[in-house]
Amino acid sequence: MTASRAAIAASLALAGIVTLGCTSFYEIGIETPITPKLDVSAFQRVLVVGFVGGGSKDVDANMETVRLLRSQLRTRSQLKVIEAEVVALADVVERTRSEAQAPAVDPAAPVVAPPRPPDAPPTPSPTGQTEAEANIRSERDLESYEQIFADVAYWKKLGEEYQAPLIITGTVYFAPINKSGIVERTGEYADAFGRRQVNTQRVWMDRKGYTLVPKLVFIDGRTGTTLYSESVREEILYEASQNTPALSAYFELMDRYLPSFLSALSSQKIRGTRILLK
Amino acid sequence: MKTRVLSAWLAALVTLGVAAPLSLAAAGGAATIDNDRELATAQVEFGIKVAQKKLWREAAFRFEKAVEIDPTYPAAWNNLAIAYEEQGNFDAANKAYGKAVELDPGNVLIRQNYDLFKEIYDRISRRNRR
Repeated sequence: MTASRAAIAASLALAGIVTLGCTSFYEIGIETPITPKLDVSAFQRVLVVGFVGGGSKDVDANMETVRLLRSQLRTRSQLKVIEAEVVALADVVERTRSEAQAPAVDPAAPVVAPPRPPDAPPTPSPTGQTEAEANIRSERDLESYEQIFADVAYWKKLGEEYQAPLIITGTVYFAPINKSGIVERTGEYADAFGRRQVNTQRVWMDRKGYTLVPKLVFIDGRTGTTLYSESVREEILYEASQNTPALSAYFELMDRYLPSFLSALSSQKIRGTRILLK
Repeated sequence: MKTRVLSAWLAALVTLGVAAPLSLAAAGGAATIDNDRELATAQVEFGIKVAQKKLWREAAFRFEKAVEIDPTYPAAWNNLAIAYEEQGNFDAANKAYGKAVELDPGNVLIRQNYDLFKEIYDRISRRNRR
């Protein structure tokens, strides 16, 4: 090495040391506040009224979602949760439809068995779903029920009954799915010397699981108008041989969605660290 | 030999971005610039002290002062961005981080802070667009 190269190397090293020595940094914990999506300061009470549920017959999506959201709101929000009977919204829509389509009474018409009165409770299926809910098999079927969220008069009347709370409603689609395909799996094996080795293999797998599509609608109980709505899609897949109960998959998927739901109503803080520099 | 060593030093300083203030010094503007950076550093030092005591509003005020005095001070912009982030002032934090990165693109620590912030900022922006 020539003298000049040695001088360059030494100079660079020295300059580097000088620079590092000059940079003072301080790690500091911060809490980033996330403001709620909705301003709920005008409400003291919240009513999770019910959902139009559809998809799997194994889970009563309406009942389970109401129970879960109420329990979360009780512990994680400032609003008082109203404990009211869960409304089967699909039946409300069906009733409204049949009332709108009912023909005018003809006095000469033959006497037939009277239809079920509008206020009669709907017939539940063995899993707790009502007749109308049991007929909702696809997301498309669900869409036809969404008209109810625009029925301002209905929500305003409901709001008056419960002293103008924030009303939470929506649709919940929960259904089984099958997705087969190539999956990467990491495995361990012992080599010729008995050492543990790890390798990744691409294998074809039959997988089944569930999809959850909650669409939540937040309604102002004073006016009956929609304040905010959001929709997400969550999926979970298991090996075909794994026998996971539908209800357990439902809770697993809802667990993923809950932080987003709660951030609509209450502020949250994200803890982290940053580096302050001098 | 002396000339070679001197040129090597200069090359190293150019690489590290230190050469610009030095050349300005040679031009005669050194006194003001050094003085500005000293004043800004004093504000930054005080800002760091109060930030460590969780007095973020005061810290933000100090860092704002620092960038006012010396707008070419990347550390001050970085710290100001953190103070804004802690106060939930995300758009301002984004701008401040952007400025810090622009002034010192090779600074890994600033880049790291910015990346962590971006994760949160992008999520909030997506949510607000929905």
